Amino acid sequence: MIVTAPDFAAWRGAARALLAAEVSPADVLFDDGTAPGLFAAAELPPVPAGPALEVPRAFVALAESVSCHRDPQRWGRLYRALWRLTRGEPHLLDLATDDDVAWLFRAEKSVRRDAHKMKAFVRFRKVGEHFVAWHRPDHRIVRRVAPFFRRRFPEMHWSVLTPDDSVTWDREGLHFGPGVSARDAPPPDVLEDMWKTYYRATFNPARIKLKAMKKELPVRHWATLPEAALIPDLLAEAADRVAAMVQHSEGTPSAADFLPATRDLDGLRAAARDCTACGLCGPIVPPVFGTGPADARIALVGDQPDTSGAADELLDTALEEAGIDRAAVYRTTAVKQTAFAERDGAREPRRANAREVGACRPWLLAELAALRPAVIVCLGPLAAKAVLGPLFRFTERRGEVLPAGGTIAIATHFPATILRAPEEARAEIWAELVTHLARALELAGAGYHPPSHYSSRVPY
Amino acid sequence: MDTRRKLEVLADAAKYDASCASSGSKSTRRGSRLGSTEGMGICHSYTPDGRCVSLLKLLLTNYCVYDCKFCVNRVSSDTPRARFTVAEVIDLTVEFYRRNYIEGLFLSSGIVGSIDGTMEQLVAVARGLREGHGFGGYIHLKLIPGASAELVAEAGRWADRLSANIELPTAQDLHQLAPEKTRADITGTMTTVADGIAERAADRKAGLKAPVFAPAGQSTQMVVGATPTTDGVILGTADELYRTQKLRRVYYSAYSPTPHADARLPALRPPLLREHRLYQADWLLRFYGFEVSEVVAPGANLALDVDPKLAWALANRDRFPVDVNAAPRELLLRIPGVGVRNVERILAVRRHHALTVADLRALRVNWKSAAPFVLTGDHNPALRKLDTVGLKKSVQPTLFDDLDGYA
Repeated sequence: MIVTAPDFAAWRGAARALLAAEVSPADVLFDDGTAPGLFAAAELPPVPAGPALEVPRAFVALAESVSCHRDPQRWGRLYRALWRLTRGEPHLLDLATDDDVAWLFRAEKSVRRDAHKMKAFVRFRKVGEHFVAWHRPDHRIVRRVAPFFRRRFPEMHWSVLTPDDSVTWDREGLHFGPGVSARDAPPPDVLEDMWKTYYRATFNPARIKLKAMKKELPVRHWATLPEAALIPDLLAEAADRVAAMVQHSEGTPSAADFLPATRDLDGLRAAARDCTACGLCGPIVPPVFGTGPADARIALVGDQPDTSGAADELLDTALEEAGIDRAAVYRTTAVKQTAFAERDGAREPRRANAREVGACRPWLLAELAALRPAVIVCLGPLAAKAVLGPLFRFTERRGEVLPAGGTIAIATHFPATILRAPEEARAEIWAELVTHLARALELAGAGYHPPSHYSSRVPY
Repeated sequence: MDTRRKLEVLADAAKYDASCASSGSKSTRRGSRLGSTEGMGICHSYTPDGRCVSLLKLLLTNYCVYDCKFCVNRVSSDTPRARFTVAEVIDLTVEFYRRNYIEGLFLSSGIVGSIDGTMEQLVAVARGLREGHGFGGYIHLKLIPGASAELVAEAGRWADRLSANIELPTAQDLHQLAPEKTRADITGTMTTVADGIAERAADRKAGLKAPVFAPAGQSTQMVVGATPTTDGVILGTADELYRTQKLRRVYYSAYSPTPHADARLPALRPPLLREHRLYQADWLLRFYGFEVSEVVAPGANLALDVDPKLAWALANRDRFPVDVNAAPRELLLRIPGVGVRNVERILAVRRHHALTVADLRALRVNWKSAAPFVLTGDHNPALRKLDTVGLKKSVQPTLFDDLDGYA
């Protein structure tokens, strides 16, 4: 006999009646109503009164899911499984190797995957205040998935249109309607360009795995995904982008590659002449290393060599006021050569950038390690960060005595700051500089024994 | 700079982050007006690198004062820089979410100003999404190692998942390539999170209504292939983190030639197959009951030509064949080509009848790998290969670089 079952409720009603009338699966042919039948559907036998048959809860869930599958044989497969479950094989669903069970499991998996893809690949486009999406699922899953979108977007007015069904949420209820063709899909909205920008930027051309991508993003869905239009371009550009990355990666060496095996001050000074790490030094402008006695108790670190001499003069005055013998201190800089910028055809000193400071830092650290001063005085924020680490906050922590790589450091103003400071602030800056230098002298005299437990962020 | 250009710079800068998962939070936050989390994450798209786009993965800024050698955003790199405002990130997240482009937000940042100042900005984005927009979608915040416990606690209140990157497999590697970060700061931050999670679990067990704290747990990431450290050491570090910090996931990121990279790093194609093998081995530790020492010796690397489970079987032939109709679950899990789900199915089926070769094929186990290792209820002709020299060749995948599904 032929039984028409357009949906799950119809099939369940029919299956109950057929089961009660003991109609064997071999004697029934289910027609899901999608194609016009050749034969008229038979009258169903009446359902006898009495308790309904009990089936495992897992079967009901499985049947509900499989009912969304597009394959017309689903109703027949389900009825045969139901027949066997109630005719001496109550454990049928344990037998994943059974042909019927395996088919149902595969169908269930296919529906589950399709539902998951619908949750992922629906792309809403804003039309006024209404969010509308057109999507093409493999199976009849709109009713199954609609509650998910209701939970996810309760405050939005939205519709999902598919070729078979459509659903709208008006902030109060879900309303199901007929299918909508691709021609009636909503037009792109303004955010799509942003989304494509993101998609392009997040792709790493150094790791192409197209097969893995197509497995998860089947090509049949590409038409409804705005970002998929970029894929051919991304692939075409990838090789060039990787080549550019590799080429560009050779541009930033560090002075660490030039450090000699013996790291006393003379050895360092000699080796530094060959250093080309940052591009500031060269045969014509050799690096300017520190000057002063190798047994100095105080090391002063400035930012870069003073080309005018003005800062050095100010520093001498400040040292004198603080009572420090300037011949007894060691003076050096964080960057071993002054950076210049061309401006209107003239060469002007400029501040070294982060790459240059980073590239040169191994020289400074090696120099300080060879010197082992009792106190390091960092003149200005750039020098302070080179010695005390990049997170050092000059405005808040200058004047504090801080552990630095096995000794101590104190950060204070760079003397030339005075020249740039507004008139009214100069006296205060000067006073601070002198006070901090005097403090350094006091610490150098007292000697310093760092607590054994501290860990330094600046290893040298 | 307009938002679009910032998006371009700051999404590009974030793409080297491996973690993109959006799963783990089992229920949507109470009172959410937009967005949900339901346990299983959704990958909304895929890029041609085979990775999913699940979260809007951004850096708040790629300015950074640190100089980690493997990182494109380190201070000495001349990469283009940008900085989002808190409001811009919130707005992008909400608008992308409304169109169902994304499952949530993954937010990290370069370190500017101070550690706590940076962490505060990250927290401000998450708080703004939750409080200002009733956002119930997934949020993963990257923690700045060394951030104050108060900020970590607040981050845990708004985020689903927190992560502090271990960065590199050993303290020595870290010292060499990320000199400003210390292992102690990183694990200290992890411990703060682990304590927060444990505390909340204890409160709830005691019947108290504890506020949410990182319901999707914490994860971490390490860069692989930037130093000569072996897979044995890498997995040892991962295993220790799983045990001591109760991490949900350790992500391995094959060192990728980044533009503007430091010259001491390899400018090569990333070792993707090695990364894949590490994930497979990690999987064996978490779901198959393997110990690190069984998978790889401390000084050794994983084999590239066979997956780690098959490699173990080849090295331990005396443990086979395993009788699929009698062996306990632990042993079934050790059969190459048989996954966790199929082990459950085998256990269910054999209560009713003995499994045959045809049954195993019907379960779609990877028969090529499994065949020489299993005893079935009927004759299994492949068994005779178990003690032959050619065994490896016969079970090995034919395509060396076939990175398909794993059983």
